[in-house]
Amino acid sequence: MNALLYGSTTLSGAEWWALFAHFLMLSMLAIGGAMVTAPDMHRYLVQERGWLSAGSFTDSVAIAQAAPGPNVLFVAVLGFQVAGLAGAAVAMAGSLLPSTVVALQAARWLQHHRQALGVRAFKAGLAPITIGLLLSTGWLLSAPARTLTPQWPLLGLMAASVLLSLHSKLSPVWMILAGGLAALVFGW
Amino acid sequence: MPEQAQAGPAAPPQSAWAIYCAFNRLALQGFGAWLDRTQFLELLSVCQVLPGPNVVNLGLVLGHRWLGWRGAAAAASGLLLIPTLLVLMLAVAYQAWGQWPALASLLRGMGAVAAGLVLAMAFKLAPALRQNALGWPLCAAFALATCLAVAWWRWPLAAVVLGLGSLACGLAYLRLRRQARHDAA
Repeated sequence: MNALLYGSTTLSGAEWWALFAHFLMLSMLAIGGAMVTAPDMHRYLVQERGWLSAGSFTDSVAIAQAAPGPNVLFVAVLGFQVAGLAGAAVAMAGSLLPSTVVALQAARWLQHHRQALGVRAFKAGLAPITIGLLLSTGWLLSAPARTLTPQWPLLGLMAASVLLSLHSKLSPVWMILAGGLAALVFGW
Repeated sequence: MPEQAQAGPAAPPQSAWAIYCAFNRLALQGFGAWLDRTQFLELLSVCQVLPGPNVVNLGLVLGHRWLGWRGAAAAASGLLLIPTLLVLMLAVAYQAWGQWPALASLLRGMGAVAAGLVLAMAFKLAPALRQNALGWPLCAAFALATCLAVAWWRWPLAAVVLGLGSLACGLAYLRLRRQARHDAA
């Protein structure tokens, strides 16, 4: 029961606060969506703190992408992997609180001033950054497919899902499940 | 009940429950069919400038417009509540059985597709850079620099967004201002 609530690693009070504070900060930086913060979550949780292995980080994102719902839910899975249900709650609250306050305060103002030079420059300047962040997220998530020796079936699966996503209206949920089943059947 | 929400501002939903149901249904079905409506696209572009998950922000802003804070809370919980429970159930299953070789294979395949989907998202957004005030060569340079800084040099996101991001926004501002003056002259 305790493992479910708090996970297997026991975080100190300061570590709980650090986890919450890091997600609070990332919430404010998530311009272009929650997925752009994935590389920094990886850097923080896997490299800096060592709370998660690289493998379970990628697995967490895959699980969240396979489930229906907004992709911000990968944050809940990461929080759960680090520190159980309490970790999921802390990570989600941290990720949503600042952005919610800003969204409710700023949306009306932004829509009113969307022609203003500053707003247009903000949008134009951050667009290439968002794309760069998405590319690095994709690179990071593909790590298991290119460890030591390239895993060609997995890389092929990845390329196929890029093409399918660009050229068909197939739901991502089905693509993820099909990819998982293919890997299961062929033992990739 | 969800039909009320889909009818848009012409017939705003009357109860927080209706908003919750509409967004819950949307969350479970995905948003493909929903986003091509012009009023939503315009709001979405605003929400993309705001920090945070785009779809959740969109729900908050729409819910708030319809029914104040109760509408915003209903939309956000509709989007998040049941999907969060589902995904946490999957996470529990993963912790229990994730070491099984079969499940590890399944997850490797799912992970490869997930990586492909994120890359596809970047490729889908990239054509929009052609209309960007920075011009595409600068855009490509910023995208590449961001990717390298994050994936290769492992800079913290705050440094990337505040450093490269403000440089890009500053350049965009100068270009847009020059353009505006040129148009006025």
